[in-house]
Amino acid sequence: MRSDNRAPQRPKAQHWVAPLDETPLQEVDAADTSSTPRSLWAEAVHNLVRNPVFIISALLILLVLFVAAFPGVFTSQDPTYGNLSSANKPASAEHPFGTTRQGYDTLARTVWGTRTSVIIGFFTMICSTILGGAIGALAGYVGGWIDEIVSRITDIFFAVPMILGAIVIATRLGEMNMWTVIMVLSIFGWTNVARIMRGAVISTKSQDFVTASTALGAGSLTNLLKHVIPNAIAPVIVTATVNLGVFIVAEATLSFLGVGLPTSAVSWGGDISRARDALRNQPMMLFYPSVALAITVLSFIMLGDAVRDALDPKARKR
Amino acid sequence: MALSRRSMMLGTAATGVAAATLAACTGGSSGGSGGSDGGSGSGEMIFANTTEPENPLVPTNTGEVGGGRVVTSIFAGLVYYTADGKAENDLAESIESDDNQHWTIKIKSGLKFSDDSDLTAQSFVDAWNFGANAANAQLGQYFFEPIEGYADLSKEDVAADAKLPGLEVVDDTTFTVQLVSAQSDFPNRLGYSAYMPLPASAFDDIEAFGEKPVSNGPYMVDSWTHDKEIVLVPNPNYDGPRKAKNSGITFVVYDSDETMYNDLLADNVDVIDQIPTSQLQNFESDLGDRAVNDPGAVFQSFTLPGYDSNFEGEAGALRREAISRAIDRKSICDSLFFGTRTPATDFVAPVIPGGGATDIEGADVLEFDEAKAKDLWAQAEAKSPFKGPLTLAYNADGPHADWVEAVCNSLKNTLGIEANPTPFPAFGEMREQIRARKLMGTWRSGWQADYPSMYNFLGPLYGSGAADGNGSNDGDYKNPEFDQLLSDGLAAESEDEAIKIWKQAEALIMRDLPVVPLWYQNTFGGYSSLVSNVEYGWDTVPLYYEITK
Amino acid sequence: MIWYIVRRLLQMIPVFLGATLIVYLLAFAASGDPILTLAGDKPISPAVEQQLRAQYNLDKPVIIQWLIYLGNVVRLDFGVGFNGRPIADQIAAAFPVTIRLAIIAVIVETVFGVIAGVISGLRKGKLIDTTLLILSLLVIAVPTFVLGFVAQFILGVKLGIAPINVGRDPSWQNLLVPGFVLGAVSFAYVLRLTRTSIAETVGADHVRTATAKGLSRGGVVTKHILRNSLIPVVTFIGADLGALMGGAIVTESIFNIPGVGTLLFRSINAGEAPMIVSLVTLLVIIFLLSNLIVDLLYAVLDPRIRYAK
Repeated sequence: MRSDNRAPQRPKAQHWVAPLDETPLQEVDAADTSSTPRSLWAEAVHNLVRNPVFIISALLILLVLFVAAFPGVFTSQDPTYGNLSSANKPASAEHPFGTTRQGYDTLARTVWGTRTSVIIGFFTMICSTILGGAIGALAGYVGGWIDEIVSRITDIFFAVPMILGAIVIATRLGEMNMWTVIMVLSIFGWTNVARIMRGAVISTKSQDFVTASTALGAGSLTNLLKHVIPNAIAPVIVTATVNLGVFIVAEATLSFLGVGLPTSAVSWGGDISRARDALRNQPMMLFYPSVALAITVLSFIMLGDAVRDALDPKARKR
Repeated sequence: MALSRRSMMLGTAATGVAAATLAACTGGSSGGSGGSDGGSGSGEMIFANTTEPENPLVPTNTGEVGGGRVVTSIFAGLVYYTADGKAENDLAESIESDDNQHWTIKIKSGLKFSDDSDLTAQSFVDAWNFGANAANAQLGQYFFEPIEGYADLSKEDVAADAKLPGLEVVDDTTFTVQLVSAQSDFPNRLGYSAYMPLPASAFDDIEAFGEKPVSNGPYMVDSWTHDKEIVLVPNPNYDGPRKAKNSGITFVVYDSDETMYNDLLADNVDVIDQIPTSQLQNFESDLGDRAVNDPGAVFQSFTLPGYDSNFEGEAGALRREAISRAIDRKSICDSLFFGTRTPATDFVAPVIPGGGATDIEGADVLEFDEAKAKDLWAQAEAKSPFKGPLTLAYNADGPHADWVEAVCNSLKNTLGIEANPTPFPAFGEMREQIRARKLMGTWRSGWQADYPSMYNFLGPLYGSGAADGNGSNDGDYKNPEFDQLLSDGLAAESEDEAIKIWKQAEALIMRDLPVVPLWYQNTFGGYSSLVSNVEYGWDTVPLYYEITK
Repeated sequence: MIWYIVRRLLQMIPVFLGATLIVYLLAFAASGDPILTLAGDKPISPAVEQQLRAQYNLDKPVIIQWLIYLGNVVRLDFGVGFNGRPIADQIAAAFPVTIRLAIIAVIVETVFGVIAGVISGLRKGKLIDTTLLILSLLVIAVPTFVLGFVAQFILGVKLGIAPINVGRDPSWQNLLVPGFVLGAVSFAYVLRLTRTSIAETVGADHVRTATAKGLSRGGVVTKHILRNSLIPVVTFIGADLGALMGGAIVTESIFNIPGVGTLLFRSINAGEAPMIVSLVTLLVIIFLLSNLIVDLLYAVLDPRIRYAK
């Protein structure tokens, strides 16, 4: 609107306006003035549904979730039924992907492994995000010596690589199950969320609307929960989505190294580890769980990308 | 001998036998065999596989395979073991006793260590006193258990200079040993590395000694580059039956079986005694007649503890038998191990004299019989229901996950019960639970003999004296009848007589099944196209000194 | 500047102490008896066990063990491992191997990542950009251990052009394939970071100015675009160095490399706390130092940043 008014300000001067295509800066600044203003979230959704990356990843994730929820639709075999008399068989009608050294049906293992990976990835993401989010918000909002202490503790955990720390704990814990794996990964997986939350909270809390809210008499907890966190949470969501993929890989890595889920659990990492012994004689044993793992991780990382593009106005500008 | 010796012979069988006979003959005489100069062998250096020794090369502190193969190559004891597990005199002139309890040992005269210092009866007595004294914390300390005075040296506050009263030096070539009780197989033990002599200089700084030991065996250490290789050269001062027929051994440290196997295919390493799991299926076709796959000295089983209520009483006995009959041993040996394991028929590995017997009474419980297993299990359930699930514990730092899973699957499929593998990340953690008698359910057990004697497979594992934390009878099996037969065998006149008695003892544990026998691990490996006269010992380790290149 | 470094170094002390204590506690937390692992399948008499326990200070409370350990470390004495060899020697043997591996990985991720990222960023939306982007996603999605296996299988087993295992000869040449595998995931991240950063800088005012004043395309890219867009990339690579050393545990186990990762994994299984703590501490120190160096590099790359304090 204002740009429309600019021209008549100096009516007598010779005025030259460059064509729009040579000045993309204006294009960038241009706003659709006819539409109603949208919130960050509505804007994000608007952008997401137009992003092919989001469409593809969302479809893949839906597929993965469907497989995890209803594995019986894809296979009628029991993934834990191993019979050596049908071991090391190539693909057949009964076993479309063949069988493993223990005589398990490879298709059933691959399908049922989805559930393990998704549950562990999802719950680790939730736990680590809540833990990291709370710690980061505390440090960023309170500041002062609490921030100093919390930041150093974050540094300690950040400095110990996740897999390394997880191996040390897992070895000590003895037999693992899904929940202990989730716990172990969460203990070392919360740091990047905490750092991002802290940074976002610090930059948000000094903004005008928070000051205004304080001036209007809002308490600091109200402020934190009602104003600061909702406005700082966008980058946290992006990180959490990408982390989900990272945690699925981490679970598989632990199982691969033999310190994660026990062999009795159906897990891609464990199956890939065991495929190692069959590398020379049955290389396809490595193929199926690896591809399933890659597709799942890929879809979550793509989703993270798409969500970042949608939520981050700076990225959107590009 | 249930198993023909021929099956252990490799390479050119005839030469192997000839070499062994020749070696036995040269035993007493001082003559150097024709041609070779000053004790150093002829031919080229042999390359062999090993793992990095877990401890410095001190005989009394070396129990694992990696260090063991080096220690037995560089040290010589009173006796040595032939390929088929017979003990023959090495440094000993004679080992005699009237009552199997008081032994007089004479050694050859004029023996020397590799640094030219004299090797006398004192060298043995000093080494044994050192090993037996708990203050020196030697892992092989328990080996001196049969010797009088061991108990006092095992106290926690033992004086550093305390000695075994059961050992006495008579003169430079004679010493006497008094045992706690009569033990007919005592001479058989003496080839184990813990009984090797040590030079006086060793005791000044035993750790430093272990880095480059002064030794008395067929070889001596030339250099040891940690995590890389250990180079042995022939010891000119050794002139016994195991005289080197090559110009040395380079033990190459392999962390990975795969690398080792590929090196063998490329003739970069001459002899290996391990085959990676991934190559089990094809190593015999890859190597042809250079592949080795013969019954070995390792017995594998799993223990059903006597203190777990599931395995007690009448129902427990039925359940033990049901479990044993529910396991398809042959399928596992063939399909998972590709024939590198042999289904068990008794409790003693087949290379041991008297082991691998197929005539033990009641041995049919080791046969897979689905219907009978189900029936027995149902009978047991009728008496007292099983408080499940059945667990089979193992240590994940060893190569056990695969077969434990297969055994559990076999039990699941046959008995229709829940059977779960239970991994412990490290062996020590499982041992701790077992020792505290806190581990319920079953766990993997196995035994590799330290010396070739049937007794070694029975006494330490199922004798009452080894129960309750006093030894390796972890399931606390107690049967006075069995104990009696064990000691009868030890006091027997001859080895054959002893074996007969011990087989009767085996029938008792076949009935009671304190452990469920699974299979014997074969000796498997292979050698390069450059070497000949390759023969594997009773303990699955190649007889390196015989190999020619 | 000096004060800034001193302050940062001082901040490391509590992080260092905290990390060692946590790892020490973890290494001792649960059951697991290293002496029984040491004895293996063989029996061990209580007296010998007691003696060994005392020898490795295992008979004392964990906190005391940690203090003894710290006291010795201050005197640069890392103790003796269960295999009778000084821990310092064992680390000294393994360390250069892992450093070599990490250097290859860093070179791979930097060189290939930056080049691909620049191409991608300058040709945003074109075919080559899309291709590279998909490639980077794939590399991120396929876990290191799968990538390692595939490389091992194709290059080692099928084609025979690279050693399947590195084993006892960890030369630069033999570490090349493992180094690529280790650096692969980071390569993808560097590519994406560079691409984003370049694309952002391309539209910046100073770049337009430079183009407008007639600077050649190459000059613009090297002088104005690269220098500014590399800042986040440098941060990432610096922080990644520490992570790479830790990530080596997987790569080293696949290719059987006698480095820090292998040593660490072995000592974790054996419950050899002094070794575990020494190694983890070393990794933590490397991580902290590389982060510090990254922060200092900022000043070189971005004249706007000056460390005043």
